[in-house]
Amino acid sequence: MITKEDVDHVALLGRLELTEEEREMYTRQLNDILEHFQALERLNTENVLPTAHVLPLKNVYREDWAGQHLSREEVLANGPDVEENCFKVPKIV
Amino acid sequence: MQLFRLTAHELHDLLIKKEISAEELNLAVFDRIEAVEDRVKAYVTMTKERALEQARSVDRQINDGEKISPLAGIPVAIKDNMCIDGVRTTACSKILANFVPPYSATVVKRLDGAGAIMVGKTNCDEFAMGSSTENSAFFITRNPWDTERVPGGSSGGSAAVIAAGEAICSLGSDTGGSIRLPASFCGVVGLKPTYGAVSRYGLIAFASSLDQIGPFTRDVADCAAMLNVICGHDPLDSTSANYNMPDFTGFLKNDVQGLKIGVPREYMVEGIHPEVREAIEQALSLLEALGAHVEYTTLPHTEYALSTYYLIAPAEASSNLARYDGVRYGYRAEKADDVIDMFMKTRSEGFGSEVKRRIMLGTYALSAGYYDAYYLKALRVRTLIKQDFDRAFEKYDLLVSPVCPTTAFRIGEKTEDPLEMYLSDVCTISINLAGIPGMSIPGGFAQGMPVGLQLMGRHFDEGTLLRAAYTFEQNTDYHKAFPEL
Repeated sequence: MITKEDVDHVALLGRLELTEEEREMYTRQLNDILEHFQALERLNTENVLPTAHVLPLKNVYREDWAGQHLSREEVLANGPDVEENCFKVPKIV
Repeated sequence: MQLFRLTAHELHDLLIKKEISAEELNLAVFDRIEAVEDRVKAYVTMTKERALEQARSVDRQINDGEKISPLAGIPVAIKDNMCIDGVRTTACSKILANFVPPYSATVVKRLDGAGAIMVGKTNCDEFAMGSSTENSAFFITRNPWDTERVPGGSSGGSAAVIAAGEAICSLGSDTGGSIRLPASFCGVVGLKPTYGAVSRYGLIAFASSLDQIGPFTRDVADCAAMLNVICGHDPLDSTSANYNMPDFTGFLKNDVQGLKIGVPREYMVEGIHPEVREAIEQALSLLEALGAHVEYTTLPHTEYALSTYYLIAPAEASSNLARYDGVRYGYRAEKADDVIDMFMKTRSEGFGSEVKRRIMLGTYALSAGYYDAYYLKALRVRTLIKQDFDRAFEKYDLLVSPVCPTTAFRIGEKTEDPLEMYLSDVCTISINLAGIPGMSIPGGFAQGMPVGLQLMGRHFDEGTLLRAAYTFEQNTDYHKAFPEL
């Protein structure tokens, strides 16, 4: 059972600020959804390996060569706040 | 002649015979867009100038006597979660509403290289999360067969433009059914290739182990032509497979003699609309009459697929969407006390309700104390689901089922209850979990709405899907139906 406090904790981890209305809605809906997921517990998976990826690909490397990269202007063009070739953010400490 | 109703291969013939020009063709499609777009609302951004310029360049090639590729001059639409250099790309989210990428997705570069013309960017559910295109931050796209109904999702815009004649071919992406479901609802051909067959470079990530780009077309031959352009290894995507890609048009044979088809029983029960069932059964009888062996089989872990998917996909999404922090690109909230406050406000104002729900769900499933019980458990069940398919493909060349137990539902019908909406994906999600190719082709009608027939094959065996689909199409007329708008 997920409480509103659990929802607050998860929202903080996910860097989301919820309104009171959203808090209530997500508490209710996450409980509904997770209840549905209880079905998985019926399966014994003790000796089953997890599948994170479907193809047998391992350690894909590439040659270490200098390539063409985006210019500084192109990289900064989408920045919401840019100053002196840097992305500007509010104070951190 | 209504050029916008033709297929790419029919138009290619007209182009090389110089009966039409590429510019004329693209203008005809833009005229069609002007005539119907206010009723369909499939495009988020239109790139008319760029398109006509490209079209004139294809015309110059034709006039100079150069050989042109099968997609040269053909108007193509791109789902708005794939980057085009210099063209606004939003994933239909407020958080990316002003994002102009400085590079193009590999699929876009490949289509450009083949001379295809980019008409515009199509509407979808925000970050491809949804089954109806109602989660777009901008507007709702309507089903051209009945504008009171949804086109399916998440690639609803890309399916609707093909059905409505607003493009000839298009690209979508499919994480749990997002190509096949809208293809089914809109009565067009849609194919999700094997995981790794198409580069994901430049596709805005939702769930990286499940996402795959694929085409929407009016017929199976066009689908093969699109695959020939978009499939293949790309060093820019480390999950892209290096394999010997065939010429997909070589599989377009009107012959299913001896093909072994399995029908998973689990996909034909619970809640299936009787007319959908009837359409699928008729389709199976036809394939049998054409020489295929058809029998019922089982994928025993099907009932666990939905829960598995809705743990894995949101977990991957919550991690992928951590990058939207208002620093390097996208929306940033204005008033913030410090940087954490800025992140929180930016994300809360920038993301829509379904995206937040999935971030919450995924973050919870990955958080300390729950990782083993939820995420790791889901990865183990994913193995069982994949093994179901491995076993089935020891016996069958192909699996066939409905794409969805129902036809397109009404706008607003499922928006209140997320679980109800998630159930629309019940027949499509296992395919992504297993990484196999899946296809939706027009398989009939139920109460006037299209029914999609789903074909599923072995890893990298798109060929068998195309062969069966082509044979079915040659012996039916469903793909020729065109909605009245």
